[in-house]
Amino acid sequence: MEMVNIKINGEAISVPSNYTILQAARQAGIDIPTLCYLKGINEIGACRMCLVEVKGAKGLVTACVYPVNEGMEVLTNTERVRSARKTVLELTLSNHEKKCLTCPRNQNCELQRLSDELGVTDIPFEGETIQREIDASSPSIVRDNNKCILCRRCVSVCKKVQTVGVIDAKERGFITQIGCTFDKPLNDTDCVMCGQCIIACPVGALYEKDSTKDVWAALADESKHVVVQTAPAVRVALGEEFGMPIGSRVTGKMVTALRKLGFDKVFDTNFAADLTIMEEGTELLGRIKDGGKFPMITSCSPGWVKFCEHNFPDLLENLSTAKSPHEMYGAIIKSYYAEKAGIDPKDIYVVSVMPCTAKKFESEREELAGTGYPDVDAVLTTRELAKMIKEARIDFTKLADTGFDHPFGEEASGAGVIFGATGGVMEAALRTVSEVLTGKSFDEIEYNAVRGTEGIKEATVTIGDLDVKVAVASGLGNARALLEKVQKGEADYHFIEIMACPGGCVTGGGQPIQPAKVRAEIDLKAERAKAIYDEDRSLKVRKSHENPYIKQLYAEYLGEPCGHKSHKLLHTHYTARPRLK
Amino acid sequence: MSEKTVIAFHETAEQAAALQKVIENHKGQDGALIPVLHEAQEIYGYLPIEVQQKISEGLGVTMAEIYGVVTFYTQFSTQPKGEFKIGVCLGTACYVKGSGDILEKIKEKLGIDVNECTPDGKFSIDATRCIGACGLAPVMTINDDVYGRLVPEDIEGILAKYM
Repeated sequence: MEMVNIKINGEAISVPSNYTILQAARQAGIDIPTLCYLKGINEIGACRMCLVEVKGAKGLVTACVYPVNEGMEVLTNTERVRSARKTVLELTLSNHEKKCLTCPRNQNCELQRLSDELGVTDIPFEGETIQREIDASSPSIVRDNNKCILCRRCVSVCKKVQTVGVIDAKERGFITQIGCTFDKPLNDTDCVMCGQCIIACPVGALYEKDSTKDVWAALADESKHVVVQTAPAVRVALGEEFGMPIGSRVTGKMVTALRKLGFDKVFDTNFAADLTIMEEGTELLGRIKDGGKFPMITSCSPGWVKFCEHNFPDLLENLSTAKSPHEMYGAIIKSYYAEKAGIDPKDIYVVSVMPCTAKKFESEREELAGTGYPDVDAVLTTRELAKMIKEARIDFTKLADTGFDHPFGEEASGAGVIFGATGGVMEAALRTVSEVLTGKSFDEIEYNAVRGTEGIKEATVTIGDLDVKVAVASGLGNARALLEKVQKGEADYHFIEIMACPGGCVTGGGQPIQPAKVRAEIDLKAERAKAIYDEDRSLKVRKSHENPYIKQLYAEYLGEPCGHKSHKLLHTHYTARPRLK
Repeated sequence: MSEKTVIAFHETAEQAAALQKVIENHKGQDGALIPVLHEAQEIYGYLPIEVQQKISEGLGVTMAEIYGVVTFYTQFSTQPKGEFKIGVCLGTACYVKGSGDILEKIKEKLGIDVNECTPDGKFSIDATRCIGACGLAPVMTINDDVYGRLVPEDIEGILAKYM
């Protein structure tokens, strides 16, 4: 890359010629405030927070989109710049609903932080405000335009990254707002509820539908046996909510905290991930042996499943019929576990802690009630769990580690834990399918071809005398591109793993929110995935079919994978859905 | 007037074929959306959700983006226009001479809001920018007829001519 020489605040630096002023400044360790900027997703110079002075330029310029050029002299800290930024911020605040104390993003809000950092002490512009109706139609996501600052970060991630595009800016000028076509409520659109908009939002305009009240009520209800399960990705991100470094593994502390909250049993969704591999792997083997529908596509990610129902109804038969792990677990808890523990399933309340907002929608699907009761009663995001821990005044970082409860989950496999990262379900499946197909045991079980944070990965894996062609996509834009290839007959995969969120569940829509500045410097999906793979390596059992409790469950209760009982409890079906209600 | 007046969508086979042709002519072009919306509005007179859905599927542009563009530009309408299109000038000169009151009177008489159409399809109301007849302020137009130096009491008699 060609380099150019520029000066920022008098300091000479050399940067690649395709850099913006913002990139150059950050390289030089000079901080420029931003608000609408979200690296790689929303770079549009809309909010004017990043104004800087360029010698010779007519007015102030926006650093996030202004390209550098040879000999450029930039000033980021003059009276003119500071005063312009402050005025811009005061104007943004003038019609923002400043109810910070009761806002879901209190103390994790980029607007609030900027007000502090830029020294805003009063808001001189008392202009008109418009009261907007809160859209709480969706089971997963709430939109509150009274908090919206029109940065378009949500619009960009929904449209460009996910290719869902159900929200956009409408009207113009002062009455501009973000919303759906023909002012429809979110739930009447083809929103897949992935929640990527929530983790993109700098303020409190987007947040998950609250389930903490229901869970507190269940915990207080003495007639209920309240069981909690936690998804693999939660344990590598929850610590961030308590100020721990990104990528911290807090499995043991999380289990202790859940016990202190009063849950009767703390189970590990990884166990159900192992169960998923047994069912989905057997389904794949069945399709290979009997010449079934290919490619087979994973069905663990409810955002992806809903996307498929809206956009690729012709591929619904390709989806694995296996329920997602936490739904399987719910069904097993309310059948096998209920029987074993001698508890009436109607008295069992299953809570899933998930890195995901779409799981809230999924848990309400009527067909996911294998025992006649909903498989899962409430879904909490990682963020909601953190709120409950804080409300209970549990000093999380000082907690001792404890292990998950028997009868299952105490020792789930490493294959189960890697479900949390893109490529993980594929790798877990390959670990099992390869051994079942060949009848051999392999030591080399790390499938590096399907690891990593790239949006689309492809590999051919030789198992015995069979070449299994696999592909992995994360992020729905990537999924769309991959599936269009399949539809056109340009690809002939056997097995595809799709996760709705870019990077997989570790960067799911229910995970802790990191500000744009941190996301520009740290690749969250890589850091959290590293923790996931470390966890895998730390476990004794790393293959789903070798999990002793899985063997026990089949021996005592289920019979064989994809057998009669499995079909009733662990498998589901899908429905084509219209784009608009 | 909180409830919006909604007119059911009807299209002829000719209209459907014409829109299909417009979409095919522009498909794959950069910036195809706005010319397609213009031509679609020529065909149907307005841009209801059914028409926007066809454009969305045809061009691969999201419904939310299309709605954003349609609501951004005042020349696009999601409501049909009446046989008699009433335009009330809200330009500066007309506005200071009381065109706001004229508009209120028309809304009251017809029972519809700006950008809406009466259920019988007869009248629709637009609030326009300056139409260049400031000397006659406040001004309204009904199709090609121009009425100037209006007071609210004039409205009933003027509308009666078109009933």
